[in-house]
Amino acid sequence: MTQAPDLAPPPTLEVRGGRKNFGAVHALRGVDLVARAGEVTALVGDNGAGKSTMIKCVAGIYAFDAGEVLFEGEQTHISAPADANALGIEVVYQDLALCDNLDIVHNMFLGRELKNGFRLDESAMETRAAEVLASLSVRTVRSIRQHVASLSGGQRQTVAIARAVLWNSKLVILDEPTAALGVAQTEQVLQLVRRLADAGLAVVLVSHNMNDVFEVADSINVLYLGQTAAQVRTKDTSRMEVIELITSGSAGMPPGTVAPKMSPDAPERSATSVASATATTSDAPTTTNGSTSA
Amino acid sequence: MSTSTVPSAPTAPSLLAGSVEQPTFGEAVSSYVSRVRGGDMGSLPAILALAVLTLAFVIMKPETFASALNIANLFQQGAVVVTIAMGLVFVLLLGEIDLSAGFTSGACGAVLATCLVVYDWPWYLALAAALVTGLVVGTILGTLVARVGIPSFIITLAMFLALQGVVLLIIGAGGNISITDPVIIALQNRNVPPLLGWALAIIAVLAYAGTSLRTWQLRRKRGLLAAPLGMVVLKIVALGAVVLAMVAVLNQERSLNPLRTSIIGVPIVVPLIVTLALILGFVLTRTAFGRHIYAVGGNTEATRRAGINVKGVQTACFMICSSMAAIAGVLAASRATSVDPNAGGSNVLLYAVGAAVIGGTSLFGGKGRIIDALIGGAVIAVIDNGMALLGYSSGIKYVVTGAVLAAAAAVDAVSRRRARATGRG
Repeated sequence: MTQAPDLAPPPTLEVRGGRKNFGAVHALRGVDLVARAGEVTALVGDNGAGKSTMIKCVAGIYAFDAGEVLFEGEQTHISAPADANALGIEVVYQDLALCDNLDIVHNMFLGRELKNGFRLDESAMETRAAEVLASLSVRTVRSIRQHVASLSGGQRQTVAIARAVLWNSKLVILDEPTAALGVAQTEQVLQLVRRLADAGLAVVLVSHNMNDVFEVADSINVLYLGQTAAQVRTKDTSRMEVIELITSGSAGMPPGTVAPKMSPDAPERSATSVASATATTSDAPTTTNGSTSA
Repeated sequence: MSTSTVPSAPTAPSLLAGSVEQPTFGEAVSSYVSRVRGGDMGSLPAILALAVLTLAFVIMKPETFASALNIANLFQQGAVVVTIAMGLVFVLLLGEIDLSAGFTSGACGAVLATCLVVYDWPWYLALAAALVTGLVVGTILGTLVARVGIPSFIITLAMFLALQGVVLLIIGAGGNISITDPVIIALQNRNVPPLLGWALAIIAVLAYAGTSLRTWQLRRKRGLLAAPLGMVVLKIVALGAVVLAMVAVLNQERSLNPLRTSIIGVPIVVPLIVTLALILGFVLTRTAFGRHIYAVGGNTEATRRAGINVKGVQTACFMICSSMAAIAGVLAASRATSVDPNAGGSNVLLYAVGAAVIGGTSLFGGKGRIIDALIGGAVIAVIDNGMALLGYSSGIKYVVTGAVLAAAAAVDAVSRRRARATGRG
């Protein structure tokens, strides 16, 4: 714990007051997120709360209409997937991420193949893929030349995650990585998620599953109807509180939170509590709500 | 354990590389058998069909079917269908189809003939004009499918009709343009000198042996999974035997009247097709572009999210397909030494689609190889040729070819279902 705020490194990703409209539909009405290196930040919320829209905005599939995005303290604008990749942001989607008809190596290098002139450098890719899988302590796949179609759900997630860390990425966003998995496989994937954070990456974990969230997350960000209800430290909160935030957008003040502030464009909601998500107590509150109005 | 660890890996050797258990010959065979049973059959049904059909025709018509004259004939008859089929593999891999490829070949043949005969251009300019025509057709199709979003079935059907009209307009109803240019005619009617044929064959076999042994050695050295040496050698020996036997047969005198004209040597079209197949096969399996084609056919959305220009890949595949059709059109014109308004019509397209599918290319996209087009094309050529020798009418030939195509599509669908059940995609 440091007392000097200047010495704390800026968070890997910080979103302030992000807004996104689809025509008349206000999908995001002021979202804030802080993701720090070496931590797992869970992004939770009910269906339609805006989790997917938010990660798509960070990934560059959509662009925020308003609000600020800071990457490692620098103001940045992400308007295409290539921008996000250039910054070191990788997204592991829940599905649609792998090609069944290609093997593990091909999938891991898809779109960024190693080449030797015109030719693909197959052995270099195979060696590198094996190294990455080994560094993640993945020992569950038999051969990295088997087709992805023959893998179990957990193994597929593993390949997708390994692909994300192949590129010296700084921020990995995982969209419901355990949604379709059994108990043992969920455990494997969660351990992998934890290892990513321990290796110094910032990890954002989108999940519905409170067990998962409380098992691996250091910090929990709750979305409610397109707004950030709160971002709290996992150790300072409880399951009940988070569920209350998810379902009603407010909760009894958890310890260490900042005073709730009324959202300018959502006066109907009584108390939108905003929590400091910082690792150090001396950091300024980083998630203030609704910084812009419609 | 039979290998060393990865020299470059600083970390502890993983289970995945460096210390892989290299399979023995027996293990490799049994893993292949289990792959086939799991639904990953590749070209196996087509090779079996080819063997059975060949055997049947040889038994029924020993003196004509297996003669050197007829074998050379088979290559020349199959060339057009195989060339279109090789191009179609690219489009089929995307999960799309090009129904206009037949008439694209016809239109390009008509352009070639017109340039040669009507405008009196030299053969290379006329050839270039035909290829550019194919490229333009492919660009139009690719753009309409990838960027406008018209289903390929519909837009290529429209192009099929339109190009049929174009051929009619160029040549005129009931018309016929005869080609006399010696270079164009040589493509399908002349042969490689016997000595050169031997030299090419030996170079090809040695090159294959060299590259496959070198790949094997490199993979062993790096500690990556490699096929057992016995398997590699077996493949080299098998390929060498087939190639050299073919050259030996084709280098025999096959003229019906050797005193007047001598017909000897490998038809020129054979090395031409082999070269095209090697180039296209290289593109598909050894380049990033080829990898992206498979990826689009496997999962378009994942490919897009991987940052690959999906529309560009789709457009390029249609351009390749139509360009191959253009080459086929030139070969057809060369074989017939003329172009008529029905060029590229009737069964050409369906035979080509049939060749690719019979060879093992999936109609659902994401699965297929260039060799599929060659093997499937051989099956179709053998049926067509053998049944004609047996004196069956065209009607029966169509029925049998249709039945074979239906059987191939059924094998594709069933093996796909089985592959999904056993998780082999």
